Amino acid sequence: MTAVPLPATAPPQWSPLLGRISLEQLPFLHEPIVAATFAGVVLGGIALVGALTYFRLWGYLWKEWFTSVDHKKIGIMYMILGLVMFMRGFADAIMMRLQQAIAFNGSEGYLNAHHYDQVFTAHGVIMIFFAAMPFVTGLMNYVVPLQIGARDVSFPFLNNFSFWMTTGGAVLVMASLFLGEFGQTGWLAFPPLSGRAYSPGVGVDYYIWSLQVAGVGTTLSGINLIATIIKMRAPGMTLMRMPVFTWTALCTNVLIVASFPVLTAVLVLLSLDRYVGTNFFTNDFGGSPMMYVNMIWIWGHPEVYILILPIFGVFSEVTSTFSGKRLFGYTSMVYATVVITILSYLVWLHHFFTMGSGASVNSFFGITTMIISIPTGAKLFNWLFTMYRGRIRFDLPMMWTVAFMLTFTIGGMTGVLLAVPPADFVLHNSLFLIAHFHNVIIGGVVFGVFAAINYWWPKAFGFKLNQFWGKVSFWCWVPGFWIAFTPLYIMGLMGVTRRTRVFDDPSLQPFFVVALLGAVLIAAGIGAMVLQYGVSIWKREELKDESGDPWHGRTLEWATSSPPPAYNFAFTPIVHDLDAWEDMKRAGVGRPLDGYRPIHMPSNTGAGVILAGISTVLGFGLIWHIWWLAGISFVGLIASAIIHTFNYKRDYHIPAEDVAAVEAQRTAQLERLGQTQGAAA
Amino acid sequence: MSAKNYNDLAHAHAHGDANPHAIGHHGEEAHGSLRDYVIGFVLSVVLTAIPFWLVMSGAIADKTTTALVIAAFAVVQIIVHMVYFLHMNGKAEGGWNMLALIFTGVVVLIVISGSMWVMYHMNANMMPMHAEQMD
Repeated sequence: MTAVPLPATAPPQWSPLLGRISLEQLPFLHEPIVAATFAGVVLGGIALVGALTYFRLWGYLWKEWFTSVDHKKIGIMYMILGLVMFMRGFADAIMMRLQQAIAFNGSEGYLNAHHYDQVFTAHGVIMIFFAAMPFVTGLMNYVVPLQIGARDVSFPFLNNFSFWMTTGGAVLVMASLFLGEFGQTGWLAFPPLSGRAYSPGVGVDYYIWSLQVAGVGTTLSGINLIATIIKMRAPGMTLMRMPVFTWTALCTNVLIVASFPVLTAVLVLLSLDRYVGTNFFTNDFGGSPMMYVNMIWIWGHPEVYILILPIFGVFSEVTSTFSGKRLFGYTSMVYATVVITILSYLVWLHHFFTMGSGASVNSFFGITTMIISIPTGAKLFNWLFTMYRGRIRFDLPMMWTVAFMLTFTIGGMTGVLLAVPPADFVLHNSLFLIAHFHNVIIGGVVFGVFAAINYWWPKAFGFKLNQFWGKVSFWCWVPGFWIAFTPLYIMGLMGVTRRTRVFDDPSLQPFFVVALLGAVLIAAGIGAMVLQYGVSIWKREELKDESGDPWHGRTLEWATSSPPPAYNFAFTPIVHDLDAWEDMKRAGVGRPLDGYRPIHMPSNTGAGVILAGISTVLGFGLIWHIWWLAGISFVGLIASAIIHTFNYKRDYHIPAEDVAAVEAQRTAQLERLGQTQGAAA
Repeated sequence: MSAKNYNDLAHAHAHGDANPHAIGHHGEEAHGSLRDYVIGFVLSVVLTAIPFWLVMSGAIADKTTTALVIAAFAVVQIIVHMVYFLHMNGKAEGGWNMLALIFTGVVVLIVISGSMWVMYHMNANMMPMHAEQMD
């Protein structure tokens, strides 16, 4: 047995009171870039807190939002979390592009290796776990109960708790920016690099505990939405009458529930290696780092389908609404989704073809990977055939959908290319791979989220988004994406590796400069998007939509007012057909105007904030080895959870008169518009 | 003006709750009888005791065989728990429980057998010195 010599790093200082925290762990004291960011964040934070206090908004936020168990408000909070973290992740992205564009001809660039490694790790972790996941979860939270005619999710408190756990994970990641460091291991923290021998600092511990805390939220929200979709559909809505978005949400949540435990388990094993010195993934003593890679990709591959499936659902809704037609091939769409759900468990090895499993294993997983492109291709044809001979309206959601179809198809094709093991041996770990997965994640998930925001915003807030700034954003984003990532495809084919900080070959510099220009264009697109939201909120009276159905929608969420009342539907709608709302409009169904009954609703509770807050402190204590803090917060966590079970004020009834008053307002609103139709809402 | 009323009032009450699990609601499925729990308890005690005895007495000389037998007992134990404690059968929750179980079984099968296959090849190809290194 040969022991690999450990790097000569001094063990971090430790004190019983503060654990590993010391002045050296405050990077803004010795890194000017971090110091400037820190100053900005502190000033911005003070301004925000001051403004909230000055306008006396804390009570409002606490009562109406933070403690809310309303799936609509939780959905919106998820979207805000996603947006904030998306900005952070993008800041990391543009830092990398700038570094790579200038680190030539002997220049070291402006980021040292320690900083740069953290930046690319944080970028990946944040974009997947704290931007894309909250976006997707937020959309499902907002839309699914409305689409199935329900008044909330199955477990409304759990929903609030899940959101705050995800936020707690995000808080830990953000804390690593100014206190200590983040991992320098890449977004999946492969051992042995992430073991304590090679990463003795707190970076990987931040990684582990932020994902563990957020993972609880993700898993619970998965369980919640599965129960909601299976148990709470409106009468008449059989499985094959469910809107496609709800179908994809169901499959995604099944994937979440089945795959996230694997991530949790593998991170627990890594924690044991780091905290108590086990050897699951070390080089010596029988440990196998390859097992970590194997296990984390068993979670990791379903994860990418967790992100894209609901977005496929968004595109299905948008395509059929804006083509004014029923979705082409609904049944095949459902089956394609289910087949992808199963197949996504059979392809994980394509992420490590080059680790050495040999020809037989590689060919099996190469073939399954190619097979999974078939149902995805079927979906694309379904969307195209839905558009065929439709009366297409090119509003913003439809523009994003068309951009998706063009962009994602190319990303899918480079994916099939990478699925061929010999090609992967040439292209793995290169910028070609980076370009490929950004091609499918930006071209798929990000464009889809923008389509969804533009599509459902009027439902959530009662006014449409500004078209002009939306189009500016679109025309910056789409070409920006291609300008940023085409050079990466080209360089990847030439063999340039990913995660490289400094380059020797000056002929590569023009490619990186072009990529930087693309990133700047994307930044302009993000700026235009923020302006779009701002201008729309400013001009909300002009953009107002009172009908509740601005796009001539086909599914039940458009049957309600915008925004929908807290109880969504005064009477549970009865579904007779796929595209239930379209069917109701065609049949000329009137809104019932009397006979309201009290509505049983769940009460708000602060327990979710408290439990998630304590969990975050627990994570913090574990990261810094502050054992007393971890111990106290662990006991506090269990105690708070038990105390919450004694809270019997869990529900209340909205009196029938209140329901009648809200519905009368809605009736008046519709009469102003000359409409009498609409489901009870 | 409407020929049919989609908003059937009779349903309004049955579906009146935002949360079907709120207080006062009654699940339709039986939660198991005392008899079931006793049978389950006795079976799981027996199924736990036998593997302990196998290891402590060394009744089977071959260690691999012992491990396999214990694994078999573990699988039976899981089934006992599912049937007697989780009350799973083909009909519970309109068949959804069984569907979920089958899906879980498929995923677990893929994950375990796939990992073993993959790791076996990794080991054979990438760690040729393995046998000598491991004392």
